[in-house]
Amino acid sequence: MSGGGGTGTAASAGEGVRSAPRSENRFAELSVGDVVAEREFSLTRDSLVRYAGASGDFNTIHYRDDIAKSVGLDGVLAHGMLTMGLAVQPVLDWLGDPALIDDYQVRFTRPVYVDAETGATVSVVAKVGQVDAELGTARIDLVVTFNDQTVLGKAQVRVRAAK
Amino acid sequence: MPINPELQGRVYPTTPSYLVGREKIREFSRAVFSTNALNFDVAAAQQAGYADVVAPPTFAIVLQELTLAQLLADEDAGIELSHVVHGDQRFTQTRPIVAGDELTATMTIASVKTLGGNAMITSESRIEDASGQHVVTSTSTLVVRGDS
Repeated sequence: MSGGGGTGTAASAGEGVRSAPRSENRFAELSVGDVVAEREFSLTRDSLVRYAGASGDFNTIHYRDDIAKSVGLDGVLAHGMLTMGLAVQPVLDWLGDPALIDDYQVRFTRPVYVDAETGATVSVVAKVGQVDAELGTARIDLVVTFNDQTVLGKAQVRVRAAK
Repeated sequence: MPINPELQGRVYPTTPSYLVGREKIREFSRAVFSTNALNFDVAAAQQAGYADVVAPPTFAIVLQELTLAQLLADEDAGIELSHVVHGDQRFTQTRPIVAGDELTATMTIASVKTLGGNAMITSESRIEDASGQHVVTSTSTLVVRGDS
């Protein structure tokens, strides 16, 4: 489920996709602190190469240890935008439709180092930070960790119950 | 090289039209570990009311990169890529990007702040479709280390 950067894992979309109920009162049962979704992602160097190609971000610190170290990093790290991109996926699986996201923001606080042999595991827990059932809006807060430390700050998704 | 404080408020030329491809969306979706059928399956997307497959919310960064390239290429701005760190990022969307969209992006430098020896530059790239309707605004804060 977590992909692992191998070919075709995510292409078999459909499995793991929950169809979202389309009710106006969908957020009525939500309370602040509820976990709406969680997922673990196994990143490898392949994942970084794949993201570089897909996004067009070919910054060398994402595939060359020597260059990463020359600018004071421990080694190759994941693109911040890769971490941001995957962190919202559990929320999308929960919501069903990307149109229900109004706003998504993060602060990049710590690097995700991706070891050449062992990779890196990034965990995402999506919790309700705020909810207005009447308006049908909520703020989902993402807790994104690597090696037991959070790597994103103020990671918030503003969502709607219906279009 | 100091960051030019007069950068604040500067509006860069609108980028040439970018045609969003179906395979590009699938490629990007795989890269961010999506398992959402709307990102891959045309029939599923159409059933949900879209013309074609839908891009993940962070796909707008591809468009914003085109505008950030303008900023980095602007010698008058005084920014050296090797000193740039991505501080924070935000997407405010009116609707998701869909394959077949022809998009343009216009970047405004919303603010330039100096903090210690570093500069923080916030750029807002407004992304519109071919009919001039707002799709998403992609906002990046870049931290430029002043240790040159």
